Amino acid sequence: MDDLRQHLQVAGDEEVKISARNCQVFYGDTHAIKDVDVDILDKTVTAFIGPSGCGKSTFLRCLNRMNDTIDVARVEGEILMDGENIYDKKVDPVQLRAKVGMVFQKPNPFPKSIYDNVSYGPKIHGLARNKAELDEIVERSLRRAALWDEVKDRLQTPGTGLSGGQQQRLCIARAVATEPEVLLMDEPASALDPIATAQIEELIDELKQNYSVVIVTHSMQQAARVSQKTAFFHLGNLVEYDDTGTIFTNPQDPRTESYITGRIG
Amino acid sequence: MTDITPSDARPTSRGTATEAVRRSLARRNRKQLVLQGFGIAAIILAISMLLILLTSIISTGYHAFTQTHIQLEVYVDPEEIPAEGLPRGGFDDVLAAAMGAHFPAVDLTDRAATRELTSILSNGAQFILRDKVVADPSLIGQTVTLKVPVSDAYDQLNKGLVQRDTAEQFRRVDDAAIARFDRLDELGLISTPLNTALITNADSRFPELAGLKGALIGSFWALLTCFLISFPLGIGAAIYLEEFAPKNRFSDFIEININNLAAVPSVVFGLLALAVFIGWFGLPRSAPFVGGLTLALMTMPTIIIATRAALKSVPPSIREAALGVGASKHQVVFQHVLPLAMPGILTGTIIGLAQALGETAPLLLIGMNAFITSAPGSPFDSATALPTQIFIWADSPERGFVSRTSAAILVLLTFLIMMNALAIFLRNRFERKW
Repeated sequence: MDDLRQHLQVAGDEEVKISARNCQVFYGDTHAIKDVDVDILDKTVTAFIGPSGCGKSTFLRCLNRMNDTIDVARVEGEILMDGENIYDKKVDPVQLRAKVGMVFQKPNPFPKSIYDNVSYGPKIHGLARNKAELDEIVERSLRRAALWDEVKDRLQTPGTGLSGGQQQRLCIARAVATEPEVLLMDEPASALDPIATAQIEELIDELKQNYSVVIVTHSMQQAARVSQKTAFFHLGNLVEYDDTGTIFTNPQDPRTESYITGRIG
Repeated sequence: MTDITPSDARPTSRGTATEAVRRSLARRNRKQLVLQGFGIAAIILAISMLLILLTSIISTGYHAFTQTHIQLEVYVDPEEIPAEGLPRGGFDDVLAAAMGAHFPAVDLTDRAATRELTSILSNGAQFILRDKVVADPSLIGQTVTLKVPVSDAYDQLNKGLVQRDTAEQFRRVDDAAIARFDRLDELGLISTPLNTALITNADSRFPELAGLKGALIGSFWALLTCFLISFPLGIGAAIYLEEFAPKNRFSDFIEININNLAAVPSVVFGLLALAVFIGWFGLPRSAPFVGGLTLALMTMPTIIIATRAALKSVPPSIREAALGVGASKHQVVFQHVLPLAMPGILTGTIIGLAQALGETAPLLLIGMNAFITSAPGSPFDSATALPTQIFIWADSPERGFVSRTSAAILVLLTFLIMMNALAIFLRNRFERKW
């Protein structure tokens, strides 16, 4: 734990976006996340790695309160975003999710047109006063997701008709359309082929200029390629959290080392 | 295994395994063939049952789709029918005179002989003439060409349903009547056009005049009421139970009860409706509105179950996607889940309504099997419905109702098939792939 504190101080010169304190998640009787303390930095890509079932996705879903939708899930402890506890009674999860966008493992565009997919978020939050503004938001979001040039001539065609990689970028465009501050990505490239994966990774690298990006991944190579900070989860514990380079070259904990060298996981 | 070398063991064990598979293969293939045989036999049996049913209904029912008519030159005698006396007048006498013109031998002052002569005309003939004259009084004093249905016995005779070689005393029409009918037929006055009265007339005691208009309109009002009540209520209940209700013992209890409700015999719903809607609320008897309420009670569980299944089948990824961009629970349900579940909901609803259309027992209990000779003007007027009309006709002794019962069944089946076809069309049209 001392190590952890130390690293947090090192990180102190950059702005902390989200900090979890003593975070616990229970699924019924199962204690899925135990005592997680972590500080996620702004304008940085943070990767969560770990073996299957280690709780990395569960913890990611705490950050935009997606666990609220599961009846048996219970979250304890504090998760502060810009110093405000997002589990406070005053915080509406709907408002939080507009600020914390999410991209899921399997591309899940709405069975609607590309335009409607991207404009849905801004529409329900009232971010555009008129059609022209909405058009502008759609274009800007699709450009940020590096999809604009491929779809600008067919915005009214169904989003489900795109290829897997394009669908995932459409989902990213949909997530950034509401101008979030944090972007959560739950294994965003695991259902994609290597070329589409490379495009997504390139995109993540660009997105970090505007957002704090948190990505869950199974692929250690991916974590090494795209992230600046890496957190290693094991059996519901946050084992180690440090600069990505340090985690992969000089892990402090033997469990991290075992996982990285392929002995567990 | 330990006492033989691996190099010996491998081919031997592989050989025995292959042998064992080969031996069991014949048995397994035989089982599969037997299963297929049973399946094909079951399908053949089911299809032949269906064919027998349809053949029997159609072979009886097709007679009712035509109706024997007779054409008469009627002199509308101003002495019998004075213009100032309308709508009263001696219409039957005028018709008797028109018939008498073809049979000069019959003395029209002999009441019995006249009655015998005019028995060939439907009882409704005089009313058809009356309606025509009332609509256009200038016809008085003129000769009009009138085409009216013949009465049931002669209709049966014309369609060959009365065997001429049956001994006279066992026949509904005597030899003299047959001779008169044949004479009219020779004169070319008898025709057998399409029986439009089957759709445009309401019920009647006389088969040649009886039609399904009242039943069709009654069924329409009842189904409309049923739909307007059960569709919103059923969907509302299903959405609440599926999307919003906390999962606890109470919601489990409700779920079990809804499933049980779908299995309650329809006659029980009829008794409930009789006690509650007619007994307590004092709603009118025999009214399609009450019938619709009763059918709604029965249809609602079907719609709730279908809607819940449709909501469940919407992939969770769509819900997550919508929640992820900050849609509220309400927006997720109404903007994403419900539209995607709509085809399934509509299919379930139409199938529920088709069931309701064919439901008889509850309607009998609330009095929709009354004998009503006019079509209902509103859902609160007395009426019958298609299945209860079939029930009434099946109960009637006149020969003409035998074929009309089958014809009414065919009409009902046509509506049912149309509704089911619509359900299949909607399902295919709006089916989405993820």
